[in-house]
Amino acid sequence: MSIFVKPLQFIAAAALPTLAATSMAAAFTACQVTDTGGIDDNSFNQTAWKGVQDAEASLGVTGRFLESQAETDYEANINSLISGDCDVIITVGFLLGDATSTAALANPDQRFSIVDFAYDPTIPNVLGQVYATDQAAFLAGYLAAGMTKTDIVGTFGGINIPPVTIFMDGFVRGVNHHNMQKGTSVSVLGWDVESREGLFTNNFDSLDDGRAFAQNLYDEGADIVLPVAGPVGLGSAALADELGTDALKIIGVDADLYFTDPEKQHVYLTSITKRMDATVLAVIEAAMNDTFEGGVIVGTLENGGVDLAPFHDMEGEVPDALKAELEALRAAIIDGSVDVSM
Amino acid sequence: MSDTSIQELMQRRLIGRSELEDLIVVPIFAVFAALVLGALTMLATNVDLATIGQSYIALLKGSVGSLNAWSETLTAAAPLTLAGLGLALGFRAGLFNIGAEGQLLMGGMAAVVVGFSFADLPAVILLPMSLLAGALTGALYASIAGWLKATTGAHEVISTIMLNLISYRLLDFMLRMPFIQKEGRADPISKSVPEAAELPRLLTFVDVNLRVHAGIFLALAAVAVTYWILFKSKIGFEFRASGENAEAARFAGIHSSVIIVAAMATAGALAGLAGANQVLGVLGRATPGFSAGIGFTAIAVALLGRSHPVGVLLAGLLFGALEAGGRQMQVDAGVSIDLIGIIQALIIIFIAAPLLVRAIFPWGFARQKGGGPQP
Repeated sequence: MSIFVKPLQFIAAAALPTLAATSMAAAFTACQVTDTGGIDDNSFNQTAWKGVQDAEASLGVTGRFLESQAETDYEANINSLISGDCDVIITVGFLLGDATSTAALANPDQRFSIVDFAYDPTIPNVLGQVYATDQAAFLAGYLAAGMTKTDIVGTFGGINIPPVTIFMDGFVRGVNHHNMQKGTSVSVLGWDVESREGLFTNNFDSLDDGRAFAQNLYDEGADIVLPVAGPVGLGSAALADELGTDALKIIGVDADLYFTDPEKQHVYLTSITKRMDATVLAVIEAAMNDTFEGGVIVGTLENGGVDLAPFHDMEGEVPDALKAELEALRAAIIDGSVDVSM
Repeated sequence: MSDTSIQELMQRRLIGRSELEDLIVVPIFAVFAALVLGALTMLATNVDLATIGQSYIALLKGSVGSLNAWSETLTAAAPLTLAGLGLALGFRAGLFNIGAEGQLLMGGMAAVVVGFSFADLPAVILLPMSLLAGALTGALYASIAGWLKATTGAHEVISTIMLNLISYRLLDFMLRMPFIQKEGRADPISKSVPEAAELPRLLTFVDVNLRVHAGIFLALAAVAVTYWILFKSKIGFEFRASGENAEAARFAGIHSSVIIVAAMATAGALAGLAGANQVLGVLGRATPGFSAGIGFTAIAVALLGRSHPVGVLLAGLLFGALEAGGRQMQVDAGVSIDLIGIIQALIIIFIAAPLLVRAIFPWGFARQKGGGPQP
């Protein structure tokens, strides 16, 4: 990455006007609009916001954010940033897709970047950030299948939209891959890859739902649950904390929840990380360097855009053989010899 | 007739000095006290004084400081006023309707379905038809609670809350029905309505980002109509008489069960219009979260407006301004949107306790023994 080449001149550029007039300090402003999960959701929005914070630290930009409380806020929030002085507006989430394209088409001079959405055809002033999350989720599925004692694992999602179900697809296929390779018969509750139907809370904010859905899966025999619903999963983690990790383990999503949810960190077997912070930082850098172009950037296992987090406290519980298999599988996914889409 | 003389008597009371104070002076002091307490809350959470000042300036700037600010304030005020009017009418009739949220969802849903189902019709027919569908569906949904109360005595607070819960799931279910769900999507989201069904945006010729739409006229018209119903029509008198004293109203020959259902239906129609206003004016389609809690905020709007149509309009504008200004507070000062929620809640607490406000600011009110009308 070229991070090390550019920042010095920008820090200098940002620092000079600061001495002259404080109002000039914001040489470059990056603005973010969250979805209804909020900026402190410990996963999705927070990870994207970390990208802006990293840019504040390394590139000297000014960051601002607006939290959406409801779907009716999306357009209004984007608009109120357009009337401000944002050099790039980053909208976080598939659900902001329509609002972002509307605003981008109406304001062709404003640069936008959206997480989890790719436009076809592309819009010249919008850069989409999408992730091959199923690659990392495939590893998580394989791991879960190797770890379960009940031969049942579970998953549920926030809303039935592609950036959510891609986690569930990868997870289910990873479990199936384990079954095929090792002759196990682990089943996954909560998502049917063929019919595209499964368990959904239909929101990204209710921790109560996260608890209730995990309880249902646990009652059906699942001892490892993958909640794909941002902060909703924190409710599932609370349940796992009460039941004990022998009874129920949680796989986190988006961020490494071991770090973002420190109070319940012992319940996380691992996390499927989606490095929105890295892509957001790259987008801001591109916008600063005027190399910004509309289109799409894709995070993969190969470029580190998605990955499986370390096991942390569970390190000792995961057998060494399984760890070795995961390493081999990871290499196989990257070189294409294992296809995660089947 | 004795009817009209009682009506005159009640009207005189309604625009009396104490009412005027409750309608205007108490809210002003309540807002002031809430802003002070809000500032203290910010101080307690380690926000420095300069930022607090900056955030209140942003609140003002974002609500009335520019054309865009006015546009956002009015956009947010329209549905709150519509739903608030419905609730106010219910309160006047002695019905504590908590169900505006559900009525709003059902009304909005119906407006969307009619909107995209008859996409070929011209706007002059399609838009009124969609709005009417929203109002009728809201009225029908609210009448369920009214009918339950009239026939079985089921308390409307319980039944409307339950109907809210039913409406959430019903909406989720309906949004995934093949003829409603948007093509190519697996999540609950409806087809978009055609432009002919949309409430036209008023200021796009100035700036394409200005969102204010014709719904604000709808809200103003609803204020006038609700005023007329409540204070100029026979049924409005019957609403108010039942609300003041249901027993006495019954002995005066007013059919309480009819009144209950009629009041709930009217309230539901207004809430349904609020829903239609959101989907036809703001979103252009229905999604699970399109109500955005407006039905609940509208309870505060109705109470703040002392259940008077004009008061509801003013309260709706205030809450709209708080919402629009709150956004600016986030942008300019980086203060959490949750703080706006705290300030709103503080305002409601002070409004709900007028005696408290009178006790804190005694010099703001006329003395009880004073003669003559206050300016």
